[in-house]
Order: sequence, then C-alpha cells, then structure tokens
Amino acid sequence: MSASAERSWTVRLRRRAVAALPPEKLLPDGQPTYVASWIYVFGVLSLASLASIILSGTILALKGPTWWHVSSIGHFFNSIHLWSVELFFFFMVIHLWGKYWMAAWRGGRKRVWITGAVTFLVAVPCALTGYVSQQNFDAQWISTQAKDAFNAVGLGGFFNLMNFGQMYSYHILLLPLAVVGLVIAHVLLVRKHGVVPPLELEQKLEAASRGTDPHRSS
Amino acid sequence: MSRAQRIRDDEAARTWTGGYRPYDLVKEASIAFGVVLALAVGLTILFSSPDERSSTIKSWSRTAPVDFVTTAVSELDGSSGLAGYGPPYNHASEGQHIAFIHLAKWFGVNIAIDAARDLVLAPLRSIYGQPALQTAITRYQAASAKQQAAWTTAYTDALNKATVGAGGSVSVPAGDYGPVSTMMASLLSFAQSGGLDGALLTNKQFYATDYTKALLFMADGGVLTNRAQAEDLLGGQWGMMNETGSYPGQVWLWLYTFWYQIKPFSTSANGDILVMAVMAALSLGLVLVPFLPGVRSLPRRIPIYRLIWREHYRSLESVDAVSAAEHPMPPPAAHLSG
Repeated sequence: MSASAERSWTVRLRRRAVAALPPEKLLPDGQPTYVASWIYVFGVLSLASLASIILSGTILALKGPTWWHVSSIGHFFNSIHLWSVELFFFFMVIHLWGKYWMAAWRGGRKRVWITGAVTFLVAVPCALTGYVSQQNFDAQWISTQAKDAFNAVGLGGFFNLMNFGQMYSYHILLLPLAVVGLVIAHVLLVRKHGVVPPLELEQKLEAASRGTDPHRSS
Repeated sequence: MSRAQRIRDDEAARTWTGGYRPYDLVKEASIAFGVVLALAVGLTILFSSPDERSSTIKSWSRTAPVDFVTTAVSELDGSSGLAGYGPPYNHASEGQHIAFIHLAKWFGVNIAIDAARDLVLAPLRSIYGQPALQTAITRYQAASAKQQAAWTTAYTDALNKATVGAGGSVSVPAGDYGPVSTMMASLLSFAQSGGLDGALLTNKQFYATDYTKALLFMADGGVLTNRAQAEDLLGGQWGMMNETGSYPGQVWLWLYTFWYQIKPFSTSANGDILVMAVMAALSLGLVLVPFLPGVRSLPRRIPIYRLIWREHYRSLESVDAVSAAEHPMPPPAAHLSG
C-alpha cells in the first residue's frame, strides 16, 4: 500500500468499517444455536413495521397532508400508516421486555440496549407529532391537551403542538430521521456484537466462581 | 448475585464459542415485512382509521353562540384561561414549577399572545366598512380599566340570561354594557361568517400553518371539551392516550396518562411538571437499565430466561448427562466419612 493510501481518510474509514463489521458479520448466514425462541421474532417484526410506516407515510407525503381526508385511497393508506404504528409499538415493547429478561446488555452490549431504549423514547414524540398533524378533531384535542406538559417544562415555546407546519416537519422529517438513524445504529451494534448468549445456569455460575465444575470436580 | 458472578456473567456473554445453525437473514426480514403488511392491511379493512371533522370557530359560533360570546368576553377582560396562563404566551403568571425549578419562567414568553388584543380587538379592527364598530372599539380602548371591567362584568352576567335569536344572534337584557355589546355582536357575526377563523391565523402573510391562536381561543370555550367528553377523551377519562372512536390510540402513553389519575398529580396546580419529571426519571432509568443495581440483576433472579432459552438448556443437560456418564463424580466427602 502506498504512503498516500495510508494517509487517506477514506482508506482508514473503510478499514475500520470492515474490521468492525466484515461482510459475514453484517449479513450472516448462520445463527448461534441458542437463537431458537419466538421472542427473537419481535425485533425483526419491529423493523418490518417501521418499513411499513415509512412506505405508507411516503405515499401519504407524496399527495400532501389533506389528501387522506378527501380520498378513499388516501384514507386507506392513512389506515395502513396508523395500524403500522400500532404494530410497531406493540412489537417494540415485546422486543424490549424480551431483551430485558435476557439481560441483553451483557458482554459489551450496553450500547445495544441504550440505542434500543432511546429509539423507543424518540418514537413516542414521533407518533405524537403525527397525531397532532392529522388536521381533524383528534389533532385539535390532543394538541390543546398535550401543550400543557410541554409548556410546564419550558419546551412549549420551541415545540408548539398547535403549530401544524412545525409539527408536520417534525413528523415527516426530523423525528423519523432520528428514529431511523437510531435503528440503524442499533442493528449495526447487534451485528457487531452478535445476539447475546444465554445466561449461565446458577449452579454452573457458582461452580465456575469456585473454580470447579459440578461434573468435573477432582 | 455477587459482583464477581456478575462480571463473569458479563464476560461469558462476550463471545459465543458454541455451535451455529444455518440462517437466512434476508429471507426472514422479507417474510416479516410480508406478515406486517398483511396484518396492517387486514386491520385497515376491518377497522379503517378515525377522522372526525375538526371544529371551527365558524361552526362553534353558529351552534353555541352564547358560549362563543362568553369566551370572547373572557378573552377581552382577561379572565380566560389563556389570559392568565403565563409562559410561553404571556407574563400573567410564572407557570408551573417544582420547588425552586421554574422551567416555564426561565424559558420565558416565546409565543407572545395578548388575549384581548390578538383574539378580540385586532380581528374586530380588521372588519372593513363598519364605522360604528370602529368607534365602539376606540371608545372601549379609551376607557379606564375600571370602566372596561364594569362593562365586561355586566355583560358577562347578562349572558347568563341571554337568548339566541333567529340567525344565531345573541340578545341580552338591557343594561350598561358600553361598547361591549356592539363589539360582541360584530365579533359573533364575523365568526359566524367564517372570518374569525382566518383572522386568527398567526402569520401576517398569505400562507399560514400556525393555528395556535385559534386553538387556544377554542380551548377556552366549551366547543372542544364538550366533544371530547362525549368521546371519553377528557384527562380524567385517560383521554390523553385515546383517540375518537374505538381505536387503540397512543397506548404507549399509558404510564404517562396513569399519573394524571392519581394524587398528588391529579390535584396539584403543578401536576404537568410533576408528571413530566416522573416520566423523565423513568425514561432515564429505562435507558440506564444496564447500570442500575437491582434492576439489572432482576432477569437473573426471575428466571424467565430459562423459558426463553429452554431448548439451549435442554441440550446442555443432555450433553452434561453424557459427560457425567463418561466421567463419574466421586462421592461427596460427607458420604465417605459416614
């Protein structure tokens, strides 16, 4: 490798990326044998729901915010969008609980947990801005009720739920960007560290901490 | 669990050295997307989605003209919820606080709204070709605060005996209301024609997307609350997480809504900031679960993991059984001595 290539930022970035996530880790064709439970399905179902949200939301965005009020096709895609959001939260909550009971932050995976938890927390205002951007009675009621919480902590002047233009921008661009960015980071971290292995059984753990093995003691 | 055991637990999970089985990531993701899409389409066909028409000031002033005028007078005389709200709309109060933490006051007034000027006087001033109305407004503004209060108080009292005439006009018993009755009659007529909806759009330009003033005005009246009550959407009805119709709404806000149902949050004047503080602490706790003693150890103590990885443990047991048969353990010392 030439000296100029050694100094290249691009080469250095590529090396670091490939070292952290070689192709076989990024897109693996094998899974540890312990990954054999229905609970593992909810992570990918959350991702699939997010894809469905983005797809239906993109179709709604193509026609503008009032389309779904005046078109049955628009209403259909709005309904797809709504139910995808409901499914996204449903799957994500089960996924979070599942990962909690697996203590999935073990083995250097704390950042995996943190990005997942933050994704959930950012998804909440992402959905809220959608509810207040609906341009119907729900939007009127939710915005006038929820404003008090934001005003009480001093955020209402900067994040005004009754400003449709601002909320629409947050809903279709800023917060989805944050959610998608966090999800990408979360998935890449999972691919880097792998799926957390099972907790060792108590007896093995205790035996190991004593330096013995229940079946191999001398 | 001891610290040493936890560290060992952590280290043991760093790298998996056991077996692997074939797995098609792309296929699984594609199937999952198909399943979710099918579910979403199925739910759409079965339940659609709610879309209750929004309320307008025009519809409110036509269907409940007395409530509209009562609200308008409260905006004019400074007795409305908005007029006394405080930050971020005005300096009428300091806003909510916890102990010495006054976040609302510290962040200040960023969406300045003078209820009397912005919701009543300015829209009335914008009505073209009514010299008598402009004279009435000038008279009202030139009067002393005490005189203004006397007029608005008398008019508000009279509204309790108001009658609604043909065409939605409001009539009150004769009294000394000064220019207020003229102003309110004009404002009502302006609202019923739809003019006030447009006049309250905040921006002074052709294109506008900020409905803050119109929504705050409507929120001070009964138009939104009455509809919300009929739909079980009030705060005491867990309404914050619900939406119109029989739809799940924002069920993920259940914990946030829960606090509003119990004391001290439900009765405190600082209920909103208290709830936000509790939720901020809980949210931080969720993010920091891996670092929280006790919380991070719970999965080990409540062995749901045995259920999740039951096949893995079963396979280990069979391996251990074979291993034990090949390398039998010596009997415990206690048995030998006995």
